[in-house]
Amino acid sequence: MDDQSHQNNSTHKEMVHIELIIGRILQIGVIVAAVVMLFGLILLLAHSGNGGYPVGHQPTTIGAIIAGTVALKPYAVMMVGMFCLIMTPVLRVVVSIYAFYKEHDTLYVWITSIVLVILCVSFVIGHTV
Amino acid sequence: MIQTMLIMMGVGLFAGIAGAILGLGGGIIITPVLTLMMGLDIKYAIGASIIAVIATSSGSTIAYLRDDVLNLRVAMFLEIATTIGGISGALLTGVLDPKYLYLLFGALLVFSGWNMWRKLRRGQEVLSNVKPDPIATKLKLNGSYFDKNEFKQVDYQVEDVPQGFLVMLGAGLASGMLGIGSGAFKVTAMDTFMKMPLKPSSATSNLMMGVTAAASATVYFFNGSILPNIAVPLALGILVGAVIGSRVMQVLPARVIRIIFIPVILFIGLQMLYKGIIGG
Repeated sequence: MDDQSHQNNSTHKEMVHIELIIGRILQIGVIVAAVVMLFGLILLLAHSGNGGYPVGHQPTTIGAIIAGTVALKPYAVMMVGMFCLIMTPVLRVVVSIYAFYKEHDTLYVWITSIVLVILCVSFVIGHTV
Repeated sequence: MIQTMLIMMGVGLFAGIAGAILGLGGGIIITPVLTLMMGLDIKYAIGASIIAVIATSSGSTIAYLRDDVLNLRVAMFLEIATTIGGISGALLTGVLDPKYLYLLFGALLVFSGWNMWRKLRRGQEVLSNVKPDPIATKLKLNGSYFDKNEFKQVDYQVEDVPQGFLVMLGAGLASGMLGIGSGAFKVTAMDTFMKMPLKPSSATSNLMMGVTAAASATVYFFNGSILPNIAVPLALGILVGAVIGSRVMQVLPARVIRIIFIPVILFIGLQMLYKGIIGG
């Protein structure tokens, strides 16, 4: 029993450490997304609601979004912010693999890698179906 | 324009607080507000909801990770099930009649609501068996969190891992095909089937929701369903709301969260049953 509680304890400490690393990176990701979205929103207000594109349209290809962002078009900047936000959970999975690896938790390096692979497969399927 | 923006931020703030506390995506609040009140096309409402789920998830997860409320191993392990389920759901669209999924998962949520009500009456929030579940021990799923309401460290065990995994697989399938209920099923699988306490269940559900939503979000992003002028102020409101909600949740008594949760889950369940009966 003592042995098991000792093991639980070290697993728990290791977990707290892993969670701190992931939380920190996630926080940075969320702040970046929020700042870019807010900047886009302020640009939109400055252009009195004109997104820089015809009414009801926004840039949806990577090329158009980059070109629009360089030209500081409000909708393009807002799309970049939202894309950063969409990527935060993916970032969280990637960092988790690294954090479990750092803590020598091989089983969970595998489990998390499987999740990442399935996630990539679903990205591909989502864009072909 | 400014008015719409402020409404979106306000709705987001509310949905973010509620979503972070309950472990739900907030689609249940956002979709009706956007379609019924703002008259937005359902396609754009779904696009905005997906962004809302991710904002709630990432916004609340920061605090849940820092304060060690969620169970990262449970989340990672179950994400295998939800992501596989999600892919199957996308592939099975058109093959499987959604009617049966609505009936099956509507019934599951109603059952879960009833089960939660029994749990509430028994007043037993934390499971502690003499004999721990061997699979949970092997996967190191048993966890611990500090309850800021009771001011004590709560150790808990995880049970019936295969059952929880199966429910998650179905949940991924259903939310992939039907586009709803991603959070409700996750909390259900952990609380009702795996016997986890409600707070870690809700926090872990919040973490998992984002990953499940990210895959479909890129599809909506590139097909133009996500309107920046709607989704951006909504997301900003939600981020602030989720940060607040993830702090509020930790100091609330688990009983109170359960009391709010039960009618919500019953409502979603009955709504799904209704859709299944009238034929989706």
